[in-house]
Amino acid sequence: MAESTVEHLHVELVAADRTVWSGEASMIIARTLEGDIGVLRGHAPTLSLLSASVVEIQIADSDDLLVVAVDGGFLSVANDRVSILAERVERAEEIHLDQARIELEEAQRLLNSNNEAEQRVRHAEARIRAAEKVS
Amino acid sequence: MAVSLREYRARIKSTESMKKITRAMELIAASRIIKAQQKAAAAAPYARELTRAVSAVATFSNVDHPLTREQENPKRAAVLIITSDRGLAGAYSSSVLKESERLSERLRAEGKEIDYFLAGRKAEAYFKFRSRAFVESWTGFSDQPTYDKAAEIGSALITAFLKEQGEDGDVDEVHVVYTRFRSMLTQEPTAVRLLPLEVIEGTDAPDADELLPLYEFEPSAAQVLDGLLPQYVQSRIFYSLLQSAASELAARQKAMKSATDNAEELIKKFTRIANQARQAGITQEISEIVGGVNALADAQAAND
Repeated sequence: MAESTVEHLHVELVAADRTVWSGEASMIIARTLEGDIGVLRGHAPTLSLLSASVVEIQIADSDDLLVVAVDGGFLSVANDRVSILAERVERAEEIHLDQARIELEEAQRLLNSNNEAEQRVRHAEARIRAAEKVS
Repeated sequence: MAVSLREYRARIKSTESMKKITRAMELIAASRIIKAQQKAAAAAPYARELTRAVSAVATFSNVDHPLTREQENPKRAAVLIITSDRGLAGAYSSSVLKESERLSERLRAEGKEIDYFLAGRKAEAYFKFRSRAFVESWTGFSDQPTYDKAAEIGSALITAFLKEQGEDGDVDEVHVVYTRFRSMLTQEPTAVRLLPLEVIEGTDAPDADELLPLYEFEPSAAQVLDGLLPQYVQSRIFYSLLQSAASELAARQKAMKSATDNAEELIKKFTRIANQARQAGITQEISEIVGGVNALADAQAAND
């Protein structure tokens, strides 16, 4: 990277109603339906569906790690440009841990009666994981 | 004359307080419209990225998905009508409803039956008053739509669309009637077909050096499309809701502005009439006094 210190991944992290974060990053870790995926510079063009999970973005030229919880959505990589889209995107710092735990319990209670509940459980778990990662 | 003068003054006062109210509503609409425009701008990146992704999949795989498949002989169409929750917005809601009537006529001429889906209290009231049937309605968010509402509406429409022909509640086409926000001065009621989706490749033609790369799909192109298309539909609905919200506020601002102007005109007119009445009263009093003095003088002259 010595000769190309400016070259980084350009990342757009977009929720349905706003752009959550946009900037340069050196690495991204996300979880697709098939398993974890890590994206570095020069990654092959990919379009994959995300599961409700935690996405980690290593911000370029710093030690800062951006941790967010998504409720699904997808990730597309092309020409060192990464876009992560999800209906709901929350930064880990914005997640209230106790509240997320209560939500998880609620979703787990509904698990047998409601087929949306499984998705809710996964989303709640992802939020808790994200919140624990930064605390 | 004195009685009517008082009456005119009362009328001026009530018109003045009306003017204060309409002026306040105008200002509120004006400040909200900026927020609505910002919201629409904030939602644009999501729609843009989604469109990019959908056209990427469409270019590299054979798009054959239930949501893009045309029914051979469509028999039922769903129409989503987006109106406001509250009135006092000029012709905003009624022009959307008129547009939807035009669309309904066209669809009926093509031999299709229509299922109505309504957003906004005004549309609901319009249908209930005429005791016409509708499938579902959503209210209470017309000037501040959220994505959750759009998702709710979208999933209801998608479920209806995906049902097999002949099944209860099945529709073969979905249309949306909303108001497009062109500028603060013009808002156009617009009818568009939402489903089956027409995937337009390269809506804003990518530059030559930015040709879509060969994507790898995970888990598979079909599954990615499965995940993308419903979100695409919902984001289109969200877009329509945001446009309608901005249009509603612009229409309300315009209506309230002309109401304020009218009130001003009325106040001017009443003030003039009141002044005339006051002057007439004074003139009459003077001529009475002068007449009295003359009569007295005449009487005295006759005595002498």
